Amino acid sequence: MGQITLQRVRKSFGPVNIIKDANLDIENGSFVVFVGPSGCGKTTLLRLIAGLEDVSGGQILIDGRNVVDVPPAKRGLSMVFQSYALYPHMSVRGNIAFGLKMAGLPRPEIERKVEAAAATLNLTPYLDRKPRELSGGQRQRVAIGRAIVREPKAFLFDEPLSNLDAALRVQMRLEVTKLQKQLGTTAVYVTHDQVEAMTMADKIVVLNAGRIEQFGSPIELYERPANLFVAGFIGSPKMNFVPGDAAGEPGAATLGVRPEHLKIGKEGKGWPGTVSVAEHLGSDTFLYVEAGKLGMLTARCIGEFSLKAGDHVWLSPDPARLHRFEKDGSVIRR
Amino acid sequence: MARRVTSRRVWVSTGAAWFFGFVIFLPILWMVLTSFKTELEAFAMPPTFLFFHWTTENYATVQGRSDYVHHALNSIIVAGGSTLLALLIAIPAAWSMAFAPSKRTKDILLWMLSTKMMPSVGVLVPIYLIYRDFGLLDTRGGLVAILCLGNLPIVIWMLFTYFKEIPKDILEAARMDGATIGRELIYVLTPMAIPGLASTLLLNFILAWNEAFWTLNLSTLDAAPLTVFIASYSSPEGLFWAKLSAASTLAIAPIIILGWFTQRQLVRGLTFGAVK
Repeated sequence: MGQITLQRVRKSFGPVNIIKDANLDIENGSFVVFVGPSGCGKTTLLRLIAGLEDVSGGQILIDGRNVVDVPPAKRGLSMVFQSYALYPHMSVRGNIAFGLKMAGLPRPEIERKVEAAAATLNLTPYLDRKPRELSGGQRQRVAIGRAIVREPKAFLFDEPLSNLDAALRVQMRLEVTKLQKQLGTTAVYVTHDQVEAMTMADKIVVLNAGRIEQFGSPIELYERPANLFVAGFIGSPKMNFVPGDAAGEPGAATLGVRPEHLKIGKEGKGWPGTVSVAEHLGSDTFLYVEAGKLGMLTARCIGEFSLKAGDHVWLSPDPARLHRFEKDGSVIRR
Repeated sequence: MARRVTSRRVWVSTGAAWFFGFVIFLPILWMVLTSFKTELEAFAMPPTFLFFHWTTENYATVQGRSDYVHHALNSIIVAGGSTLLALLIAIPAAWSMAFAPSKRTKDILLWMLSTKMMPSVGVLVPIYLIYRDFGLLDTRGGLVAILCLGNLPIVIWMLFTYFKEIPKDILEAARMDGATIGRELIYVLTPMAIPGLASTLLLNFILAWNEAFWTLNLSTLDAAPLTVFIASYSSPEGLFWAKLSAASTLAIAPIIILGWFTQRQLVRGLTFGAVK
């Protein structure tokens, strides 16, 4: 079991409030990603759950039990660090076995569990190597091995892939997701990369300046962002924001439309503009359009689109996919 | 563009390196040579380099006049004792400052270093009087205490910078893995810190071995280490260069041998943090 509940959790360092009143319900077996810009408090929130920081207020329940006064090791969680944090003087075997050794398990059982974890992660040939003799991806695997071997209630990942190169990151992303599904263990995963969040998560927590802006499935966040911040943070390229009155929607302070929901044509109706840059990616074309008082808009077209800088175009947003926001940034529900 | 390394360049730099190495080494070489000369030849003008009457009589005289073993033993006890005591105090101090720093940690470090900015002679009188009143003059314990205090700032600084380099994540990983503070120290911290501890220990030992100001002022015979032994050969009756050289050679021999065998550790300790 690994049900984690946060109730009015607060954390401040001196006068600075890092986490403001976080309420969250992480279901057993789910993969929850904390995402947000740097400094938003996502890592702090994870460390509060881990017990590496003490809360300033509120409760953290793991399987219904309040753990705020329980030391990290007794919470039954295991953590994968951004820097891997392997013990440099121990072999891979020693690294994976360390937690079990500390728990006082009998030697043959430790052996068996280490071998099993190593086999799951394709680490068997490297068991007797030191961390410095491994590549980045292998080190990451050892860190994950150290986490799974203890059969924790939940895994905590602190930006585990950010030290890997782009190709390896995509591969590890897949492996971590697969492993989590296979083990069925609750996972809390911190990242600043919204693509990682969208692809890995069952549920995403979007954090901004210590506040939980929205908690929901990736599709929910994409289709129904609760406010301007989430709308702008989720999705790539970023959502276009235009002033409501300029766009002919006086009811809303701001109008949001995603680049993929802007139809573009050489003539017709909608918002007129001039292409200033066209990025041809092959599969997609990103057009950056100067649209007068609406500002710079991004449009995404499927496939090759034979427009170039200086061309006059008309942009028409998909009316069903328009997002309307109040002055305070919250969304206007229809 | 990569720098071109021509063979001429190699020759010039090798030659220069040898030249400067020789210049730096010359005083020690000259001291060793002088220790094998007669007193008359030691003063000779122009000085003789290699072609003189080689003799070991200075060593015999030195050994006969004073007890080398007694002073050497004192040196070992004083240098070793002050080093161990300093480590005992410095390790916990450096741990806490490196891993649980407070707002004032930087100030404390600077304050400790500032104690090294005053010449020792500035506190000679008070220290001397304290030592006299507490009966610490010419005792090994007294020397151990003063050398330990004198080197403590440097030891703490060295260990602090060394511990600082140990990533906090690793300690937190150990905590997540269920290690208590004691086990964290034994299984994770200490093995990772051994190179730093070793180089600190060595450097401090050498500093304490060569320390002359306090040992000369606070000891005369019973606790006198090798520094006093050397100094006793520049006496009011006149300078005995050959005997002084013989005494110095005897005094630095152990530390040079120690330094030779541990030079890798030493260099690592001295340049630590310069390159990652």
